[in-house]
Amino acid sequence: MKDFKEISLRNLNKSFGTTQVLHDFNLTLKKGEFVTLLGPSGCGKSTVLNCIAGLTPITSGKIYIDEECIDDGIHTVPAEKRGFGMVFQNYALFPHLNVFNNIAFGLQLKKLPRPVIAEKVANALRMVHLEGYENKFPSQMSGGEQQRVAIARCIVMEPRLLMLDEPLSNLDAKLRIDMRYELKSLHEKLQITSIYVTHDQQEALALSDRIVVMKNGRIQQVGTPEEVYFRPANLFVADFMGFRNIWPGVIEEILPGGEVIVEVKGLKLKAAGSLVGRERREAPHGAMGVGAPVFTAIRPEDVQLGEGPANRLACRIEVVEYLGQLNQAAALMENGVRLDLRTDERIKAGERCGAWIPPERILLFPGRRDEAHEPA
Amino acid sequence: MERKLNISGILFFVAILIYLVNICGILGTVVFNSISKGWYSGIFPQHFTLEWYRYMANEHDLPQLLLATFTVTIVVVFVSLLIAFPTAYGLARYDFRLKGALLSALLLPMIVPPMAYGIPLATVLYRFHLATRLSGVIVANLVPIVPFMILILTPFIEQIGVNLEAAARILGASKVQTFFRVLVPLSLPGILTAGILAVVRTISMFELTFLVAGPKSQTIVVALYSDAYAAGARPPQAIDALAVVYFLIAMICLIVALKFTSPTQMVFKVK
Amino acid sequence: MNRRNLWLFFLPSLAFLVLLFVYPFLNGLYLGLTDAEGNFTLGNFTAFFGDPWERRTIWVTLKIALPATLINVLLAIPFAYYMRRGLRGEKVITFFLILPITLGTVLVSEGMLTYMGPKGWLNQFLMATGIVKGPVQFTHNYLGVLLSLVIQGFPFAFLMLLGYISGIDPNLERAAQMLGATKWQIFHRIIFPLVAPGIAIAFCLNFVMAFSVFPSAVLLGQPSGPTRVISIAAYQWAFEKFDFNMGSAIAMTMALIELLVIMLVMIWRQRIYKGASIVGKG
Repeated sequence: MKDFKEISLRNLNKSFGTTQVLHDFNLTLKKGEFVTLLGPSGCGKSTVLNCIAGLTPITSGKIYIDEECIDDGIHTVPAEKRGFGMVFQNYALFPHLNVFNNIAFGLQLKKLPRPVIAEKVANALRMVHLEGYENKFPSQMSGGEQQRVAIARCIVMEPRLLMLDEPLSNLDAKLRIDMRYELKSLHEKLQITSIYVTHDQQEALALSDRIVVMKNGRIQQVGTPEEVYFRPANLFVADFMGFRNIWPGVIEEILPGGEVIVEVKGLKLKAAGSLVGRERREAPHGAMGVGAPVFTAIRPEDVQLGEGPANRLACRIEVVEYLGQLNQAAALMENGVRLDLRTDERIKAGERCGAWIPPERILLFPGRRDEAHEPA
Repeated sequence: MERKLNISGILFFVAILIYLVNICGILGTVVFNSISKGWYSGIFPQHFTLEWYRYMANEHDLPQLLLATFTVTIVVVFVSLLIAFPTAYGLARYDFRLKGALLSALLLPMIVPPMAYGIPLATVLYRFHLATRLSGVIVANLVPIVPFMILILTPFIEQIGVNLEAAARILGASKVQTFFRVLVPLSLPGILTAGILAVVRTISMFELTFLVAGPKSQTIVVALYSDAYAAGARPPQAIDALAVVYFLIAMICLIVALKFTSPTQMVFKVK
Repeated sequence: MNRRNLWLFFLPSLAFLVLLFVYPFLNGLYLGLTDAEGNFTLGNFTAFFGDPWERRTIWVTLKIALPATLINVLLAIPFAYYMRRGLRGEKVITFFLILPITLGTVLVSEGMLTYMGPKGWLNQFLMATGIVKGPVQFTHNYLGVLLSLVIQGFPFAFLMLLGYISGIDPNLERAAQMLGATKWQIFHRIIFPLVAPGIAIAFCLNFVMAFSVFPSAVLLGQPSGPTRVISIAAYQWAFEKFDFNMGSAIAMTMALIELLVIMLVMIWRQRIYKGASIVGKG
């Protein structure tokens, strides 16, 4: 199958009946890249995958491999001729075939000579550490083993593009992390262009070169894991990436240095998050001026206990969860707003304590409560 | 579900349409014939009459026929439920050696055709003087219905969490209370499904009833067959009048059944 | 419930099975192997197989039952495959399919007599559209019996296979497609092996129905000649000539032939589906 430099999706739209599930979706995948589509269930991420695969016809838009259009909604290269591979959430192993025949399935259809098939299958099995499993049937294997077979069945075809649809979501917690490492090392080794779908931001951060955050069929942000983690483009992404302290407030003052004073139910916070400036440039005129309604976004781990230089507040600890190295706690501030925090200090429910938030850790997003994005 | 209409789609719908038209044709002629007067040619009869229904009611003791049909059906359904429910429960809840063998043995009456075991069964029933009586017809009809019930009920009971029974016991319910307050209400959908499907099957069961029924214990289908068999003895319109009566009863049962079940369920599925 | 008392659950149905199925069956076997005085004899069987008129019924029945079963199952496979993901109008279609099954052979046969008779709607239509010149004889012959078996057997096979095919995980088809399989390859390498057990069972149950065809063979065929099937022979001996020994012998022969065919089908099923214990997801 011919190699390529990039795959680009241009203005993809997809409707099922009257409901539109993808709106003008644009994305370019470079060769060798690992891109993750991240979003809550029903955001259209699997639909994107199925459109690229050719399993779901697109309503409008175009899909290009370099200069060649493989799908414009009318002329479509069928899925079996695209040379892509897909790993399914439930693995989709053929229950009537043993491991060898499952992995050899695609090769047999290509009518490759038997010794070649045997060698390729053996290689693929070695790659996923399943030597000696050739004669087992899917029903005789654990979920993790089935997952490896599904991956081997895909990479044995040397696909131009590897698509993985929530491949880890059916595994238990420990296995999920093990398989994550293996996927990563497999990608380092083979450098197959990969597109990965998940709703788990940990997985996305751990695996990807680039993350595409989606909601309701629209792209919210495209960026490297660092960008998405530290500089979410909007409130939805912030919420999804773990900024749990999202409070409605009003801009009270804009300081000459670009810092902003926000009032949240009587509490005055100084915010200097790097996003403030960007938002001011991009937001509609006046949206980030004095008196504008905003939302703050603060990660629990950025809340510091004790005395600090700015944004001091008093609170009472309500609930403490022990997470090993850290304690996660929910506290109530004096203005009655809930504060989520994480600390390695020992705290107890009922305790009163002081806390502070570094101004550069407070992000602001424009918006009123009634316009607020539904939390993920 | 989206699918462009292609050649296979057109073929599918044309074939299904031909099938449906013929089914409607078969049933339609029966209905029209039963209310026609002198319909020897033409697409539709020229004159309509209800005299064939009167004729048919005179020839047959209709209330007796209906009574026999309903008695047989209702008793068969209840007795087969009583026999099948414990078995279905045992199959759903316990694993044991020979479970597969037991299941195959219980389902055996479903793969042997009614004519093959009906004749020996009728012979036995005649010997015990049960044949030609209602009780004989009931007993004969149980044979295919009990396995059918077991097959339908077992998955329904499997669905009920074992924990629910355990929870009831922990909350202080006795075995009997658990059975009547937890198990029976929860398996009611299954019981209803199995019951209504058994009604449909019993009403249309011909062979077994035919082999053991006497004049006073025959059901409508058997009476209809006897009329059709002795075709020259009665005008065909009168036979069709009886057919319509049977048709209406079966249709009502079918429509009620479809409220509770899907058609694929009515055709049993064996693993 | 104590495990030791487990058998109590099965007591009612086992008692039922023994009393109403096993005992009559054994009794039938005994009757078939004895004469009217109760002496052991193979006379009933030799009489049946020795008389060409009686022996013929086996061949006549197979000649009706096998083609009917094959038509039903082979037609049902593509139709069920096409409808596996649902369709618009599915409810109407399945309603009309379930109709002839629930109404029973007798009503369908009675309706066919008029509908397909020389002056029936079907012949009127065929002549009006010029497909045929004179009326086609659909009833009182082999064709009538065959048609009645298809009208009832096809929906049965179809609905059964639909249950099996729609139970196959749709991702399996997608996975095969992504690995380069064409539509035909998907059907023949994935779907067919996975529904083979269903096909085998649909075939068996359809054959059971077709092989014991009785009312339609009498009403729609020529019960005294070309469509004198084996169940007619058994019935006549038992209930018209009141020779229960001979009737039982024929009924036993019938059951035996049928179990033989079922065994052959099950052997085929084993061969085509090696991983017999593995069932598709979903």
